[in-house]
Amino acid sequence: MTEVLVLIDAPDGKVTKPSLELLTIARRIGEPSAVVFGSADTDTLTQYGAEKIYTYDDAVYSEFLVGPKAEALAQLVTETSPAAVLVGASTEGKEISARVALKTESGWISDAVDVQASGDSVTTTQSVFAGNFTVQSSITKGAPVITVKPNSTTPEAAAGAGAVEAKTAEVSEAAKTAKITSTKVKEASGRPELTEAAIVVSGGRGTGGDFTEVEAFADTLGAAVGASRAAVDSGWYPHSFQVGQTGKTVSPQLYVANGISGAIQHRAGMQTSKTIVAVNKDDEAPIFELVDFGVVGDLKSVLPQATEEVKKRKG
Amino acid sequence: MTKIVVAVKYVPDATADRTFSADNTVDREGVDGLLSELDEYAVEQALQVVEAGDGEVTVLTVGPEDAADAVRKALQMGADAGVHVQDDAIHGSDAFATSLILAKAIEKLEYDMVFFGMASTDGGLGVVPTLVAERLGLPAVTFASEITVDGDTVKIRRDGDVATQEIEASGKLVVSVTDQTGEARYPSFKGIMAAKKKPVEEWTLEDIGVDASSVGLDNAWTKVESYEPRPPRTAGEIVTDEGDGGAKLVEFLAAKKFV
Repeated sequence: MTEVLVLIDAPDGKVTKPSLELLTIARRIGEPSAVVFGSADTDTLTQYGAEKIYTYDDAVYSEFLVGPKAEALAQLVTETSPAAVLVGASTEGKEISARVALKTESGWISDAVDVQASGDSVTTTQSVFAGNFTVQSSITKGAPVITVKPNSTTPEAAAGAGAVEAKTAEVSEAAKTAKITSTKVKEASGRPELTEAAIVVSGGRGTGGDFTEVEAFADTLGAAVGASRAAVDSGWYPHSFQVGQTGKTVSPQLYVANGISGAIQHRAGMQTSKTIVAVNKDDEAPIFELVDFGVVGDLKSVLPQATEEVKKRKG
Repeated sequence: MTKIVVAVKYVPDATADRTFSADNTVDREGVDGLLSELDEYAVEQALQVVEAGDGEVTVLTVGPEDAADAVRKALQMGADAGVHVQDDAIHGSDAFATSLILAKAIEKLEYDMVFFGMASTDGGLGVVPTLVAERLGLPAVTFASEITVDGDTVKIRRDGDVATQEIEASGKLVVSVTDQTGEARYPSFKGIMAAKKKPVEEWTLEDIGVDASSVGLDNAWTKVESYEPRPPRTAGEIVTDEGDGGAKLVEFLAAKKFV
């Protein structure tokens, strides 16, 4: 079987859930080969099916923005002629993969929600126009380079050989131009990362600026917290939690919108969520057109009750 | 004298119903277009850089006839000149072909820096800036939430999910800016009147030395095989809170196995 290169994301060495999803998807197409810049927990990669693990250990990959990683990965593509290259659909993942595709003259498909083997190639499914259309795409040139959205599949363990191969790449001077001069890691909130979370609980204008009830409900569900643009623009919640067209796109199993009217810009960021629930005082809020379940009521009283009820059920 | 080229995109209005044409490309006929909102932040930042010193902002777009509206809006905000690359062969071009056209047009212009919005509001990919930089062999400092220009060095701050980074590059370079960089100005009446007199050049692919066989729908490296509208969501259950709204909500979540 042909190799499928999977770019692994592993901050502090811990492999992220989206990377495990990519390894799971890769097995449908061929033999997964994990590609690691820096370090990653190789046991986990092996447990999730990595037959090979290519490691690149050089400071150059963390000192500069995407240039060096893109050059190294492109060289590996040329060397291995993989059946596909799978990368997470993060901002960095998109930048690296697009450059790899350009360097290797390969077709590039972004934000796939599904990837399937199709003869000796692959087809992808994407969700476009705020989730109103589903598109099937294929590539016409080179090895398919595909970015895949988080939550596109459930990670499944399957032991691989996990043969580690230390690699080096030739990194040009041109790739070493955007220098990272400082990195300040943010304080961990203890909540899952917004774009990766299986459940997202969001607050909007209806919170009046107080996210206490939203956060408490999120925490009982083990959910990430999101915010609408109205809440962010009012300074009630940091921009990095904004869900919507100019913020983040989320596609969780469950999305709970609280005090959010559901303007088109917000819908663009959450409409592909599998199950949608809303709490809003205004029974004419457009968000109710999308929901699987809605409560017309004040989140200030509905959410604390829901939080208590979840705690009761969990015992 | 700092010369900045701002690349902008004319996009279909996201609040309208968007769909496909017969050739599986985005239908641009049925929907009004406008300057991509995220590009307004790039125009704003470019204007601030030249206003702080001495310089010139040229706005560049690639697109059909109507895309001139996007250039016009940027000129009304205060950009000095415009370039509109328009050619029938461009229709259906993907991000890669678009980056080629932009790179060739930029090469023909005099510039020190190239600014982009972080992504378009239609495709939303956010990779055209990095692809243009790759083609031009320039540094790309992308997703800037704050920009400081000091001589020929540009420093940006980037607010990521897990960390805040400071990034630095010098010489000619590509910058992409997020909506965190600060409000974009509205065109003033004076700006609107002044824009009418500003020069806008019309270029074809031949003018910038791009072969028609390397762009357009037929030459894309990916292909849309099919598309289908998502089945309309079946109407969900809506209840009114009568003191038991929270409990009912959790009942629903439990039935769906979320609790």
